[in-house]
Amino acid sequence: MNERDFSVGRMTRASRAGLVIALAAVAVLAVVPFWGTSGNLHTLIDALTLLALAQMWNLLAGYAGLVSIGQQAFIGLGAYGLVVLGDKAGLHPFLAVPIAALAVTVIAVPTAGLAFRLRGGYFAIGTWVIAEVYRLVISNISELGSGTGITVGSAAELERGTRDKGAYWLALCAGIGAVLVVYLILRSRLGLALTAIRDNETGAQSLGVDVLRAKVIVYLVAAFGCAFAGAVVYLNLIRLQPDAAFTVNWTVYMIFIVVIGGIGTIEGPILGTAVFFVMQELLADYGVWYLVALGAVAVVVMLVAPGGLWSLVLRRFDLRLFPVQRRLRMEGVARLPELGPGPEG
Amino acid sequence: MTWVNAVVQGILLGGLYALFAAGLSLVFGVMRLVNLAHGDLSILAAFLVVAVVDAAGFSAWVGLVLIVPAMFAIGYLLQYTILNRTLESGELAPLLVTFGIAIILQNVLLEAFSADSRGLDAGSIETDSIRVTDQLAVGWFPLLTFVVSVLLLGGLQLLTSRTRVGRAMRATADDLRAAELMGIDHRRIYALAMGIALGTVALAGVFFGMRTTFFPSDGPVRLIFAFEAVIIGGLGSLWGTLVGGVVLGVAQTVGTQIAFSAGISPGWGGVLAGHLVFLAVLAMRPTGLFARTQTT
Amino acid sequence: MTLLRLDGVSSFYGDFQALFGVSLEVEEGETLAIIGANGAGKSTLLGTIAGSVPVSSGSVVYAGQEVGRLRSHTRVELGISLVPEGRRIFPSLSVEENLLVGSYRKRPGAWTVRRVFELFPLLAPLARRAGAKLSGGEQQALAIGRALMANPRLLLLDEVSLGLAPVVVKQLYEAIPAIAGAGTTIVLVEQDIGQAIRAADRVYCLLEGRISLHGRSSELSREQITTAYFGV
Repeated sequence: MNERDFSVGRMTRASRAGLVIALAAVAVLAVVPFWGTSGNLHTLIDALTLLALAQMWNLLAGYAGLVSIGQQAFIGLGAYGLVVLGDKAGLHPFLAVPIAALAVTVIAVPTAGLAFRLRGGYFAIGTWVIAEVYRLVISNISELGSGTGITVGSAAELERGTRDKGAYWLALCAGIGAVLVVYLILRSRLGLALTAIRDNETGAQSLGVDVLRAKVIVYLVAAFGCAFAGAVVYLNLIRLQPDAAFTVNWTVYMIFIVVIGGIGTIEGPILGTAVFFVMQELLADYGVWYLVALGAVAVVVMLVAPGGLWSLVLRRFDLRLFPVQRRLRMEGVARLPELGPGPEG
Repeated sequence: MTWVNAVVQGILLGGLYALFAAGLSLVFGVMRLVNLAHGDLSILAAFLVVAVVDAAGFSAWVGLVLIVPAMFAIGYLLQYTILNRTLESGELAPLLVTFGIAIILQNVLLEAFSADSRGLDAGSIETDSIRVTDQLAVGWFPLLTFVVSVLLLGGLQLLTSRTRVGRAMRATADDLRAAELMGIDHRRIYALAMGIALGTVALAGVFFGMRTTFFPSDGPVRLIFAFEAVIIGGLGSLWGTLVGGVVLGVAQTVGTQIAFSAGISPGWGGVLAGHLVFLAVLAMRPTGLFARTQTT
Repeated sequence: MTLLRLDGVSSFYGDFQALFGVSLEVEEGETLAIIGANGAGKSTLLGTIAGSVPVSSGSVVYAGQEVGRLRSHTRVELGISLVPEGRRIFPSLSVEENLLVGSYRKRPGAWTVRRVFELFPLLAPLARRAGAKLSGGEQQALAIGRALMANPRLLLLDEVSLGLAPVVVKQLYEAIPAIAGAGTTIVLVEQDIGQAIRAADRVYCLLEGRISLHGRSSELSREQITTAYFGV
């Protein structure tokens, strides 16, 4: 074994192929506005923003071990941020989206201070309470439309085609950006820290990993991502109500997508979003049974295949489209078993 | 005097909240599980009583007597067959599975009973009250709820501290493997704890349904109030949960009174006031008022 | 009669094989010691008897019954009680409550809280003290007493001396004859060879998961034991 040359790297043949496919997909998606209908664009905006949200929730739960059922707080705040910056402060709505997301991230700092006093299941409910507080506070502010809601004036004023295209490209940024951000984080030192924390938190802490700092950074990144996505959603929908913007259903969708797709992997939420949309089409006529089915499938997946659909693919094919682990590559050897723990931890 | 009235109503409301919180606190204490379907299960119980009342013409009180043991059995089975497995898979699984169950329950109830509100008729006790002074009247039903809550918490306290089973629960919570060496099958202990939790939350749900009209979507709010009562009171203390419930109840009622007197939108009182007090406690005294165990 | 017989028992500690085809016998009423260095597999061996460690091959026969597949809480009912390594008393329960938990699945017999206090007088004034607030020696006495509360037929003691001062260990070992005298069969695992030989009728020595020596404690020489213990 020592006579052979070996190198340590991340790319495999599959991931090289994956990179090519991904770039092609992004190129195709980028030009959709030039031939697609308004309806097409709206569907894709939904899909891309959901993908962004799912990647954020996966970052929190799958990599940092933080189960949040209150991300809707930042979705709603992002949307209302758009209103404040676009309508009240007069910014162009396309510019208001990222700036609102930044502003919400600032608000997320003291929010994290409160939320992180809790752990585990109580942290989860705590995030929900916080979301409720934001919802109720905004519902009391008459300048923002109170409980009945408000129209995003600056978005409504735009010409429809412009608005559709702008919202679409922002959604594309959100979706692709989310995947990219998660990928980059995992390849960084923070990612290494997160993997250590996921495997054994106390052990990681005793080795000098600043567990709290890592978790807070992840929380803030997720807040930014959710706020950005929320602003884009309502840039597209134009009509904004607190009950809808802050509904826990956002979390339901995020959890479903990530659990079924594959928690703790980057590919999982992409697969999950696709499955979600298919299910939405199939079950559209069945009213609430749609949500029951969502919940039931998620429960069954958690019990039977906790790594989700992507883990089933992995088991079969050892495919990694988004390489984050370093692998040992030996001369003349086609495939090697992985070193280190898999995505299920 | 309206202030005294607000405080008294708040205290009595706190009894109901403590009733909701007792099961959540017990289950967390024994097995470190946070059941995100806790609130929805209480609403399930209320709707089951509705079904029994509609189908058989019994009074709601008879329904209560039938449904509470039924919910105990459901809790025992749920834990034994599904939730015990999730506890072995790490921290995420129990949360996600109970969240899934919550979503399923809410929507099944919505489908079975429609989105209209329902109520449970407790008889004249619902509206009767004791006139304490000219300005202060205490409703019989809230008073009854408070008394039941105190009795239940007392009962649970006795159970955990003085009975063989209670000791087994505390031993299992301390050290699962050592408890196994004592002959304690932790799967049954967990199932028993969940059964008790669902029995008490069923009681809470039915009392809630007698007190006010309810919707299939009311579950999550019940969970949130139960959770706030537990955190304010401090983990690991059953009596702390009562205090937590009372603090929450008083925050809500007095909050409403303040908003009313100050002439600002009533939305600032009630539920929001309760949340703000909860956040204040979390910020200043995160272990709660009477904590005995840590948050992990 | 033979109360316990292990036949070719192999077992794993995580991914690592700890026992390689171990066979031994324990007569009813005797006190047996299993000695060996750290990592020799002694605790794993007791675990296979108590049910806390699964057996990958071989059989564990207790009172004529194959128990290898039974979970540990079931074996308590049959009369097997383990005092685990590290004591593992329940920290939030008082001394008295720890003992009462010991009787959760008790068999008929004479052990009561009072009798345990007679056996270990140091515990009596501590009846209400929380387990977490006891010293190492007090915890060990409590752990033994707690196991006795189930009225076991076979008492397993895992590393009683671990982490304790010699004078404390001596006091604890003074209780062993009283327990054996009541008819209880005892298997004790020890790193402290001297204490083990003095307390036991027969001795087995484990070396890297295999039996390297066995015999009556009175008949084994020091050289024999040292060779078997260290494998030199």
